Amino acid sequence: MVKYLGKRIFYIVLTLFIVSTITFFLMKFMPGTPLTNQAKLTPGQIHQIYKQYGLDKPVWQQYLVYLAGVVHGNFGISFQFSNQAVSYLIGSRMGPSLIIGGQGMVLGVLVGLVVGSLGAVKANTWIDTTATIVSILFVSIPSFVLAVLLQYYLGLKLRWFPIADWGGFMYTVLPTLALAASPLAETARFMRTEMVDVLSSDYIELAKAKGLGKVGIIYHHALRNSLIPIITIIGPLTVNIMTGSMVVENIFSVPGIGEQFVKSVLTNDYPTIMGLTIVYCAMLCVVLLITDILYGLIDPRIRLSGNNN
Amino acid sequence: MADNAKPISAGDFKPVSAADRGKLDSEKISAPSLTFLQDSWRRLRKNRAAMICLVILIILFILAFGSGFFETHNPNATNPNLANLPPKIPGIDINGFNGTIEQSGTRVNAYVQAHAGNAYYILGTDYLGRDLFSRILYGTRISLEIALIASFFDLAFGVVYGIVSGWMGGRVDTIMQRIIEIMLSIPNLVVMVLLILVLKPGMSAIIYSIAITSWINMARLVRAQTLELKNQEFILAARALGESSWKISFKHLLPNLSSVIIINLMFTIPTAIFFEAFLSYIGIGISAPQASLGTLINDGQKNFQFLPYQMWYPAIVLSVLMIAFNILGDGLRDSFDPKGRE
Repeated sequence: MVKYLGKRIFYIVLTLFIVSTITFFLMKFMPGTPLTNQAKLTPGQIHQIYKQYGLDKPVWQQYLVYLAGVVHGNFGISFQFSNQAVSYLIGSRMGPSLIIGGQGMVLGVLVGLVVGSLGAVKANTWIDTTATIVSILFVSIPSFVLAVLLQYYLGLKLRWFPIADWGGFMYTVLPTLALAASPLAETARFMRTEMVDVLSSDYIELAKAKGLGKVGIIYHHALRNSLIPIITIIGPLTVNIMTGSMVVENIFSVPGIGEQFVKSVLTNDYPTIMGLTIVYCAMLCVVLLITDILYGLIDPRIRLSGNNN
Repeated sequence: MADNAKPISAGDFKPVSAADRGKLDSEKISAPSLTFLQDSWRRLRKNRAAMICLVILIILFILAFGSGFFETHNPNATNPNLANLPPKIPGIDINGFNGTIEQSGTRVNAYVQAHAGNAYYILGTDYLGRDLFSRILYGTRISLEIALIASFFDLAFGVVYGIVSGWMGGRVDTIMQRIIEIMLSIPNLVVMVLLILVLKPGMSAIIYSIAITSWINMARLVRAQTLELKNQEFILAARALGESSWKISFKHLLPNLSSVIIINLMFTIPTAIFFEAFLSYIGIGISAPQASLGTLINDGQKNFQFLPYQMWYPAIVLSVLMIAFNILGDGLRDSFDPKGRE
């Protein structure tokens, strides 16, 4: 176990190193400087600004300085907001993203589990059909369309929730709903397949033969055994939430990292883009590691061998 | 029971004639023999939802790629005098399709107000007076082109990568899998955004970024399946007969991988369409004046409160595309997997 953990953490560090190297050199290839009005500045002033951003050194030195900074959680200074450290920018925007992302994930997975198992238990009835239609719709309708519709109908027309901005719990409801759609659909689809498999297995037949009630069988045997594989889709769902949060945060003006990422991309704020890329990768790596460990702990049949399948 | 059994006499038997012998042959297969693909097609045809989606997709393909014949107007021609006109289909007098619009509580004919004369736009116009119908057709074409390109890379790169990695095994496999693991721990969208920034937004940047990200899942699934197939007897037989690795992978592996490949392809396509729309929506995809479903939704969303049709129609087309590909993918998965629901 310790050996496995060590190996996995080594690969995570390696991945993050490669990602930060690639992003660093990609950004170096790109045109653009932190100067807004280069023509009006004297060479001395330009040099002063370059020195502030560390751009006066040769590229390999900049790279080493950058790497050393990344190790210490320092991603440089934002081009867009002068004199603001990228790590501060990201840190201050992490909270809202984690709140709506976490809520969306929990809501989506929980409702998805219910919808999926209902579909499996009542297979080939109208309940199953409805569950399938709901999951197909939610997996197909892009998050940005859903977000705009939610904002318009629940926010503007019905005035149940605030349209945008960030405050208390009420402000998180609409973004959470918009983010929850995709995990809900994926979980429901996955859960239905798993549960149908489990329901047709021998130990369920045995439980039926023993005379257990339907609720008991479903709760004690079927549900628990179909829950285990759900852990494997948490990783892909996290990616979905990250992708979704970029537009959803924008639409609802949530001051999170997704909104910051899009803003930085549109304003060519390279240090912030690099920092956020590394943060996104680190988050995903950690989630993947946790789900793999959990999976091994819960299901002893899975050996922690480091193979990805 | 045995007591009152009828005694059997010789007269109860008669010799089998040559004509009867054919009928009695228990070894004969009465149904025509079907190949794997024919069998799957037969099962897919029974799935009504999947067939409807297939027809919808074919219609969308024809409309989008034949848009030169269907377009009533040039998709990029601006006409500020005729901006923000609601949909109008001649001869139909239903609110929403007759060129009228709610203005401060009363319905007015926007075409008369704009002195549009005999001109009509069946899905209305946008804020620059461009025909929404032609633009949606054009945007659909971009989405479908992206779908085709993503499938191409999935097949050309993902399948080959998976087969090579699974077939070679050993160190090659380990290295190839490490590369995939690293790619998997970066969110696809982040890779796409970085590439697009470097390559300047536009169709080619989107194509490259899809090329780099779309094949990974396919490669993993194909590798897993190859590992399973590689130890089976028919491969061993082919090897014993001295077939080259190339020939084995094309003649023996590929046909056996076809269901995995086709199913995964059907899930790559909606993902690629979504990413293109997403990138265009946040403003780093297809750039103006060209239309994509993502940019159309972004434009329409700004006026959603007053001119809802400007967002509804592109959003519906995009959703229908995604739903159709997803349902068809589900249908294909069920039809390729005989264990699945019947």
